[in-house]
Amino acid sequence: MSEILSIDNLTKKYGYLTAVSNLSFTINKGNVYGILGPNGSGKSTTLGIVLNVVNRTSGEFKWFDGTVSTHEALKKVGAIIERPNFYPYMSAYDNLKLVCKIKGVSYEKIDEKLEIVGLIERKNSPFRTFSLGMKQRLAIASALLNDPEILILDEPTNGLDPQGIHQIRTLIKQIASEGTTILLASHLLDEVEKVCSHVVVLRKGEKLYSGRVDEMVSSFGFFELRTEKTSELVKLLQADAAFNKVTELDGLVTAFLEQPMDASDFNKMMYEKGIVLSHLVKRKPSLEEQFLQLTDSTNPTKN
Amino acid sequence: MKRLLNIELQKLLLNKTSKVLIIISFILPFFVILLSSFKINFFGLFTIELGEYGIFNFPLIWHITTFFAAFFKIFFAVVVVSMVSNEYSYKTLKQNLIDGLSKKEFILSKFYTIVFFSLISTVLIFFITISIGLYYSSIDEFSIIIKGTEFILAYFVKLLGFFSFCLFLGMLLRKSAFALAFLFIEYILEWFIYWGVYEAFDNSTEKAEMVKNFLPLESMYNLINQPIQRAIMMYSPEKVDFAYDYAVHWYEILIVLAWTGIFIFLSYRLLKNRDL
Repeated sequence: MSEILSIDNLTKKYGYLTAVSNLSFTINKGNVYGILGPNGSGKSTTLGIVLNVVNRTSGEFKWFDGTVSTHEALKKVGAIIERPNFYPYMSAYDNLKLVCKIKGVSYEKIDEKLEIVGLIERKNSPFRTFSLGMKQRLAIASALLNDPEILILDEPTNGLDPQGIHQIRTLIKQIASEGTTILLASHLLDEVEKVCSHVVVLRKGEKLYSGRVDEMVSSFGFFELRTEKTSELVKLLQADAAFNKVTELDGLVTAFLEQPMDASDFNKMMYEKGIVLSHLVKRKPSLEEQFLQLTDSTNPTKN
Repeated sequence: MKRLLNIELQKLLLNKTSKVLIIISFILPFFVILLSSFKINFFGLFTIELGEYGIFNFPLIWHITTFFAAFFKIFFAVVVVSMVSNEYSYKTLKQNLIDGLSKKEFILSKFYTIVFFSLISTVLIFFITISIGLYYSSIDEFSIIIKGTEFILAYFVKLLGFFSFCLFLGMLLRKSAFALAFLFIEYILEWFIYWGVYEAFDNSTEKAEMVKNFLPLESMYNLINQPIQRAIMMYSPEKVDFAYDYAVHWYEILIVLAWTGIFIFLSYRLLKNRDL
């Protein structure tokens, strides 16, 4: 599998604040990657560094095995950051023409890409007359002009209405299905869960996890339990080494497993100890729960 | 180079404001010069024909046209400043870099545009001057016509230096209004420096002038000194105390070219070290 981007010990400091700290990960061809993290976790800064707009403090990054300079490599990359930035007085067509000139792409691509994002009828309208959804779609068309090896999207659905969000997501899925490598930064977990196969989780500039989405937390799942003897159950579970965390809310006890355990074995064990369960569900955590668990577990105030 | 110029020209020429200002700064001066060379009749009361006073004769005409045309550079200066500040306010600078333009190429595309328009303006003024001159003067000796063309070179260098200064101010301050205001402040600042040196060196105007000649705006002004005194001297050669050094010196050109280099380099350094 060929490497598209590799980041090695990247650090960015803004004065006293460390936005990105010793970050390393690799992007391989053909996968859909998500960079996940709360606001201010260093997602945009990381993308800014590899996209040549933010200067790194230390560390290295390499595009395409490091054989070309960053700005040459970026001609093979399509990227959209935060908000679509175009010249308001130019038409959609002229804006894309300018991008073609920068990337060294033929103008024939313009109509083709405008067709994909559904803006072909508005190609001669000035950019300033566009709605935010249309602007974002134009940005995607612009990023696709060079048939990029990798498409980088930073919060692509930010500020859009539900319809706009849906349009953009459909587009991303369509592009991903055609085999384009995608790197998607977002704080919206369901967005990442729906499109990405791999994920990098950041918190306060530090990497918490990188790998496949479904292997994010080495979790054996958890039980959701209800019984009449709630306090006894909690006491019992807390004493058991097989569980690492037990919480109780409105009579619903959640017990996280430290080692594999079958639901029926567990039920039997409880019955033997004189606790009759009225509710027993074994579940694998959703991405959101995994994410919260991950960002929580490094919190100094954990219980 | 053609690609970079092409990119910047598209940005400028599709913008209505820039287009109007470009026309004003490069076409208007030639109309003014052309009009002033015509015979003007003031309501039948009297006629003014500037040509009669001999100011359109070679070699003085080179000095006159370049001096007055250079005032219109301020309109293009607004374009230069706004072509940088717009990139910041539209955030297209960031987008350009992401699309694969290097920071060096970004500055170069602006610089090439400055050179391009300065050249056009210089070529235009050359032809206008030579046509008016040939019309008014009886001289058709090639060596005399050519004498004084150093003012054309000075005109080009003056535009180049001034616009590079504007480019730098735009990069530094990111807002057109601030950049243009700073231009005015710089003018005052140069007088303060003049005054400071004057005080420091026992009221020596000589030393103060020497220092001021190295400052950006003054060095650009020095390239083409005012021609009015020279025109008066032509009529009354007996006024000896009117004599002054109006020639274009090689070191004057060198100082302005050095500033041009410094400004372009500093613009690049600023951009290189900035997080966008």
